[in-house]
Amino acid sequence: MHSPDEPLDVDALREQFLNVVFDEYELTLDAERLADYARSCGEIASKYTDPADPDFQAPPTIASSFQPRTRYPEGFPTFKGLGMDAGKAVAPMQPMRAGVPITARTHMHDIYTKSGRSGRMVFFVNRMEFSSADGELLGTADTSIVIREKPQT
Amino acid sequence: MSINTVSDVEFGFELPAFTPDTSMDNVRRFAVAAGWNGPRFTDHEAARKEGLPGALVPGIMSQGFLSAMIHHWAPVAEVRLVDTVFRAPCIVDQTYNINGVVTDIDEDSGEVEIDLTVTNDEGETRVFGTAKVLLPT
Repeated sequence: MHSPDEPLDVDALREQFLNVVFDEYELTLDAERLADYARSCGEIASKYTDPADPDFQAPPTIASSFQPRTRYPEGFPTFKGLGMDAGKAVAPMQPMRAGVPITARTHMHDIYTKSGRSGRMVFFVNRMEFSSADGELLGTADTSIVIREKPQT
Repeated sequence: MSINTVSDVEFGFELPAFTPDTSMDNVRRFAVAAGWNGPRFTDHEAARKEGLPGALVPGIMSQGFLSAMIHHWAPVAEVRLVDTVFRAPCIVDQTYNINGVVTDIDEDSGEVEIDLTVTNDEGETRVFGTAKVLLPT
């Protein structure tokens, strides 16, 4: 079993955890909240700001606002220190619309390291995939979490 | 200049600067809409008690600002990617500027790549990233 004081075995983690879905749930978007989201960000097109627009849809970056119910897969090792949010990437593919069921599935998409004289940083990338009821991929949202390991002597 | 097709875009073009509304009222409105209405985003005092310099503008709101900026410049643009790195926090009620520059153009597919930065009044970069958008060919 991994001790929080030991360096993470990144190759083993990749082998065990990459591309395995560890969270799945269904969500439905509310029109008024979508419009408020868009307006507060400064969007001006009515297809984002007016629920009465026939092409009304969620603003393109909405997928970033959703999170998996658990940050790591079951059995994932613990480590010292807080993981920090290192960035987010959102890739809209098809419009997400209010009142339409959407399935969100999360898997660990990548694990990689950056090393320097000050030690090693380990990056975990969780990817949420959003699909319609008929399985069409609507978009993805990646969240990168970084931890800094102690320098190895 | 109005951007209607990819041929209207020039390599190296700087998008019109965009000053987002980071007032507490607007961030609270966003936070409720996004379901991110924790006190670290909506209450300066509560955020300071957590050791933060003040209430934070959610990173996902910065992404929304970037998308809006693109649509102000090119209303027909379809945003296909917003990839951001949160280098330092943006604080509610402080002023930020968003700048973008066109770094790649694919005339055949209509895809345009834009480098984006969110800077404070001191010119310090708080958020940076890349967007890819599709424009009519």
